[in-house]
Amino acid sequence: MAKITVDGKVFEVDPNNNLLEEVLSHKQDLPYFCWHPSMGSVGSCRQCAMIEYANDDDQRGRQIMACMTSPREGARYSIEKAAKFRAQAIESIMTSHPHDCPVCEEGGECHLQDMTVMSGHTYRRYDGKKSTHTNQDLGPFIGHEMNRCITCYRCVRFYRDYAGGTDFGPQASHNHTYFGRFQEGTLESEFSGNLAEVCPTGVFTDKVFSKQYSRKWDLQTSPSVCAACGVGCNINPGERYGTLRRVVNRFNDEVNGYFICDKGRFGTGYVNSNQRLRVNMSRSSHDGQPSELTPTEAKAHLRAMKGKAIGIGSPRASVEANFALRALVGKDNFYAGVSDAEFGLLSQVLDIYQNRPVHAASIKDIEKSDAVLVLGEDVTNTAARIALALRQSVKNIGREMAAKLKLPMWHDAAIRTLAMDKKSPLYILSAHATRLDDIAKQVHIASAADSARIGFAVAHALDISAPAVNDLTAAETTLVNSIAADLKAAKNPLVVAGTSSLEPALLSAAANIATALANGDKHANIALCVPEANSLGLMLLLDGAQNTLGKAMQSGANEAIVLENDLYRRAASAAVTTFLTSLQNLAVIDSLQTRTGEAANLVLAAGTFAETTGTFVNYEGRAQHFYSTFKAAKEIMSSAKWLCDTEFGQEPRIHILTGGAAAILPNGYKLQKLTPGADWTFNGAKAPRQHHRYSGRTAMRAHINVHEPKQEQDEDGLMTFSMEGVPPTTDATIFNSPWAPGWNSNQALFKFQKHTGAELSQAGHGELLFDGSAGAKAWYAATVTKATLQGFAMFPLYHLFGSEELTAKSDAIQARATAAYVALNPADAARLGLGASDGVQVQNNGAVPFLVRNSVQPGTVGISVGLSGLNFQDMTTGVALNKATNWQNPKDWRAGNIIVSDAGSASAYGRGTQGNG
Amino acid sequence: MSNLIASTAPKARQLTPEEIHDIEHEKTHYPYAQAVGLEALKIVQKYQGWVSDESLLAVADYLKLPPDELEGVATFFNMIFRRPVGKNVILLCDSVACWMLGCDSLKSHISSKLGIDYGQTTADNQFTLIPVPCLGDCDKAPTMMVGDVTYRNLTPAKIDTILAECKARG
Amino acid sequence: MTLTNKPLTKNIEAGRAAFNFAQYQAAGGYQSVAKALTYKPRDLMKLVQDSGLGGRGGAGFNTGLKWSFIPEPDGGPRYLVVNADEMEPGTFKDRLLMENDPHLLIEGMITAAIALQATMSYIFLRGEYKEAEKALLKAIKEAYEAGMLGHNIQGSSYSLDMALHTSAGRYICGEETALINALEGKRANPRFKPPFPQVSGLWGRPTLVNNVETICNIPGIVANGVDWFKGLGINGQFGTRISGVSGRVKNPGCWEMPVGTTFRTLFEDYAGGMQDGYQMKAFLPGGGSTDFLLPEHLDLPMIPGDVQKAGSRLGTSLIMVLDDKTCPVGCVHNLIKFFAHESCGWCTPCRDGLPWAEHMLLKLEKGEGSLQDIEILKEACGYMAPGNTFCALAPGAAEPLQSGLKYFMDEFVEHVNHGCKYHKH
Repeated sequence: MAKITVDGKVFEVDPNNNLLEEVLSHKQDLPYFCWHPSMGSVGSCRQCAMIEYANDDDQRGRQIMACMTSPREGARYSIEKAAKFRAQAIESIMTSHPHDCPVCEEGGECHLQDMTVMSGHTYRRYDGKKSTHTNQDLGPFIGHEMNRCITCYRCVRFYRDYAGGTDFGPQASHNHTYFGRFQEGTLESEFSGNLAEVCPTGVFTDKVFSKQYSRKWDLQTSPSVCAACGVGCNINPGERYGTLRRVVNRFNDEVNGYFICDKGRFGTGYVNSNQRLRVNMSRSSHDGQPSELTPTEAKAHLRAMKGKAIGIGSPRASVEANFALRALVGKDNFYAGVSDAEFGLLSQVLDIYQNRPVHAASIKDIEKSDAVLVLGEDVTNTAARIALALRQSVKNIGREMAAKLKLPMWHDAAIRTLAMDKKSPLYILSAHATRLDDIAKQVHIASAADSARIGFAVAHALDISAPAVNDLTAAETTLVNSIAADLKAAKNPLVVAGTSSLEPALLSAAANIATALANGDKHANIALCVPEANSLGLMLLLDGAQNTLGKAMQSGANEAIVLENDLYRRAASAAVTTFLTSLQNLAVIDSLQTRTGEAANLVLAAGTFAETTGTFVNYEGRAQHFYSTFKAAKEIMSSAKWLCDTEFGQEPRIHILTGGAAAILPNGYKLQKLTPGADWTFNGAKAPRQHHRYSGRTAMRAHINVHEPKQEQDEDGLMTFSMEGVPPTTDATIFNSPWAPGWNSNQALFKFQKHTGAELSQAGHGELLFDGSAGAKAWYAATVTKATLQGFAMFPLYHLFGSEELTAKSDAIQARATAAYVALNPADAARLGLGASDGVQVQNNGAVPFLVRNSVQPGTVGISVGLSGLNFQDMTTGVALNKATNWQNPKDWRAGNIIVSDAGSASAYGRGTQGNG
Repeated sequence: MSNLIASTAPKARQLTPEEIHDIEHEKTHYPYAQAVGLEALKIVQKYQGWVSDESLLAVADYLKLPPDELEGVATFFNMIFRRPVGKNVILLCDSVACWMLGCDSLKSHISSKLGIDYGQTTADNQFTLIPVPCLGDCDKAPTMMVGDVTYRNLTPAKIDTILAECKARG
Repeated sequence: MTLTNKPLTKNIEAGRAAFNFAQYQAAGGYQSVAKALTYKPRDLMKLVQDSGLGGRGGAGFNTGLKWSFIPEPDGGPRYLVVNADEMEPGTFKDRLLMENDPHLLIEGMITAAIALQATMSYIFLRGEYKEAEKALLKAIKEAYEAGMLGHNIQGSSYSLDMALHTSAGRYICGEETALINALEGKRANPRFKPPFPQVSGLWGRPTLVNNVETICNIPGIVANGVDWFKGLGINGQFGTRISGVSGRVKNPGCWEMPVGTTFRTLFEDYAGGMQDGYQMKAFLPGGGSTDFLLPEHLDLPMIPGDVQKAGSRLGTSLIMVLDDKTCPVGCVHNLIKFFAHESCGWCTPCRDGLPWAEHMLLKLEKGEGSLQDIEILKEACGYMAPGNTFCALAPGAAEPLQSGLKYFMDEFVEHVNHGCKYHKH
């Protein structure tokens, strides 16, 4: 640490960071544009000017850009004395800005507005013409208004340098510099939505939000957790007039940091969907006429099932909801609402985390990794935020090279230049090309079983006591040695695997590698991707019971309660139908209409994550609490509340259920640390969900009744559904949307961080349920089952946009999704006699369009998961394919939405095109 | 939401054997394909007169560079023409030495003679007029280039002769 | 090499084609290569440093010292790049050297590359220099054929390749880090220093970028020695350099002369003074990005320090004469328009400040300006001062503006009241 003086104040600073970051860490107001805590400095905007004095006698000093300066021990600096230059800089930056704040989506949370005011530019002297630009249609997610651009280059630094996107960049030069695509069209990056947050003004905006726009201060928001996959990114949803308007990133230094993926940001439209269940219904028989129930009646119906019904839990429902179901039906009658294959895989994930000497890697850990093996997991589509983290991991070699030259780590452009195409090693073993192949040292296309064999061999190469694999080819042996050497040489090696390939041996192999890398006290990093937001929470509540869905369907029960689940996505259609029709009484609690719900005689409308408070356990066993953003209509209740029985009171506060679950979960006591307690107040006040500038409170219902209604109450405590309360400024456990005087944009965040870019002042990054202390060295057997298959060997193909059940029902996601399809090797497509516009008959499960992909191995077929038109659960491992007769492509078949990066395709970073064309 | 495959977006054209030959020659000079990008665009321009979207895509494909990256470079440099130009591109120096010696009146002369302003092409597709920063012939100002040839110590009469010659060549 | 007092232009004769390899060698060429191969690289760098040779691109930094910052070879590639992107308004000296004696540049590059232990060398040539391109391509080919380039040069263990890169017109490429980005096939935005190119330059590897004329000095220094080189200068200076004159003078052109020659000698003896009917009002001493000097400064020797004391920079030492019948406001407008257009668009003061300045100057020229515009123009000079911008482009642009305002303020004010009184060309 070093001591510096800034305008007479003495600050202790880290000389390895840049001066801007340090000055902000001391909560000083120093304007900036181009610098970003996650992307480092490039010195382009010239807004963060300060004066540096050579010595005590120096009165004049020298102007510096704080972002491009390492603080010197004992040096004297001034922010005030550079005010004139900063005012000049902002005045010239604003010469071509359209001043269209009233109609700009960024208005009121615009960093440019804040910095303009802060820099003292209030009177416009420029009287010339503004330079103007033509906008592009960048697809359904991102709006483009280039005239607002101030040319800070943040967009391209995020999109290209940070996120690895290639279809966007700067064009032209001088004051005509333009940021866009070569040709108009949808941005390909899975992280494009971050542009809306990274852009300091309204050039890139959230198009979904724009269509249902509200000013930031009119949004009711809460700290929440994304429900769209197993990563558990922290988000901040915003509501107005009873509809969810948008989602923005909520900073968590251990998990998502500053960035989330596009599924999480744009995939919450289902909350407002017309497919939402908004009333509670019952019918006397399967085909009887439904009748509407009051919540009290509905609850009575449900409670009447106690002691008779089995319960099927949900990986997308909260820990509290699953716990309440388990409490209602009893431990023995509580079944996992996941496919039987997934049950086995998730059980193994738990076994690895709990009984092996491994450390479940957080996103932050992944970013720090310097050698990575990805075993059969298409993370871009199954856990996108991990893919973004892996992109950062390969840059670590550049940081090492820079350290040798004593370059500061904030010097982003110099580090990239130095590293050129050198990357920390990343190996990908996959059944098809993935969107991370461009950063991989080696991509090996192989079946999941063969990838597992290679994985086992790597473990053996690292530790001779690990079981060996004997039948490797020469090429495989070379690959194994290369992977093992790189993992061994690394300081922070990492293995990434997951459940999506449906291959248990892959998990075993990953565990063996991590075990082999573990050394004494050092636990090796492993990241095991799981499918849904609470997959692990559900499994932990089963507490070791082997209550699979298959067993539930065979249990002979006459009554069942299905929690937030469409069983047709979990098991073969025929089996599900048989089961559901065998039931005399089926209750389904869900937020959306499903095929399962159609078979129920009691349907209860559940709140979505946005209307629910609860806990999810993510892929690494991190329990995270989320607060409801708004109160759902009276007929809708959170699943947990529906299921509550007298044991906990009829409608207990949520923490009672959390406490109940805590008794079952490993290290469950930690759940209490997720909130400051249900009765927490700050000087007697709760924390508000609404901004102190929230407008229209007394007027928004005036057309119905001029009397202002009582504000909605949150019986769960902590937060109010109103402006009343004290905005948490230090207590990050209920840290909501950042705001600080003068800082109306998300850039206000630094005011709440211990150090700029680092953790929030009071932690709040969730609680890890696996402490990694349990495991002793033990090996999984290196057995890989290779069945003799009939037809094509099937592997699943996941789609970030469309595979997940709920997000797929959002308009924006549907615009990026496509109909179900199969992916084939060109030779196989030819062999099947497929022409460009033909379809493929998949066993007897119907016909679908097809996509030719060079990376798909001959004899194998990729089957899309979760897309409309084909139930993946009906597939067998060997699939018979034939040319479909009388085929016509479905309307929602949009091959152009499939973004693949198969080597040898027409374009290295191309979109799909159907057939051979 | 428009269906992207049905888009009318331009597709890469086939590079000619001459273009490929020249690009391959340039590739021998550099360890990275990216470094050949600008040279390759110039090669295409040499043969085609300008760089169309189809040409840019062809170069991008050939060098395995993202088109967006190549476009960033193509549009950065003054002498890559991303719009069609006439057979003869007149680069009239408008920097300070030529300005002092009357390039503005030469520009008016050319404009009235050909009926085009800066950035425009004659209807017969013969001439495009573009201003160029200092051509480094200040002792022989005013100067201009037509194609690869530099003309110095210009006068309106001299320009008339040059334009006539160019037109005669076709 | 025969001892000459014009080592840069001794082979150049008006109306005669440039020497081919054999002619060049017969005239004493390529001697420095053989000699350099007998040196230890660091000794060669020291020799150049001791000669006092300063960079001829405009900055004037000691060339040998600049070389000495290159780290010891680590087995990886190292690059020598010659900056032949001559585009500074009023500058036409590198064109002369490359078109008329390309082998001198190539010899200098080989010798410099030996000192730097470079593995590859590039000439970054301005795209519009078609004649130079032809001359250099021919000369490089000849040098390869003669075994002066390629594998094991002259039977030594040293190998060097050379390639010509032709650019596509951007002034900013004259900035060495922007040039490196352009050579890598990227947008030519400058890079922040440190790291300096010597440490992390082309493709992140050790790289030296030198101006054409600088490198053309190397053969003489290495072949004839430091004392000879030092003896070429006058007024306490070393070597020769090419200086020139443009504008309404009798005999515009550029000539090799001892470093330390006065502006007056250049202007009167070489360029023959003003054309009849014209008076010198002011002159830009070394390109468009230098401050105006007045006739009273003509007796200054062309030495960086002396010129700096007079409030300008020597720059490229090719002077542009502003005559009494040309509008100084218009002249500054022309220059600022150039710089605004050539701004790469990376940093704010340059990208957004220069177009604004140009706008105000145009208003003044059209008689639509105001006194406030003049005030803002004055402010703009401080705004674009060195240190405030990412590279030297905008501070350079500010130089003719600030000195124009200093020397011709009354004319600026007159423009507000009466518009431009000068004859429009």
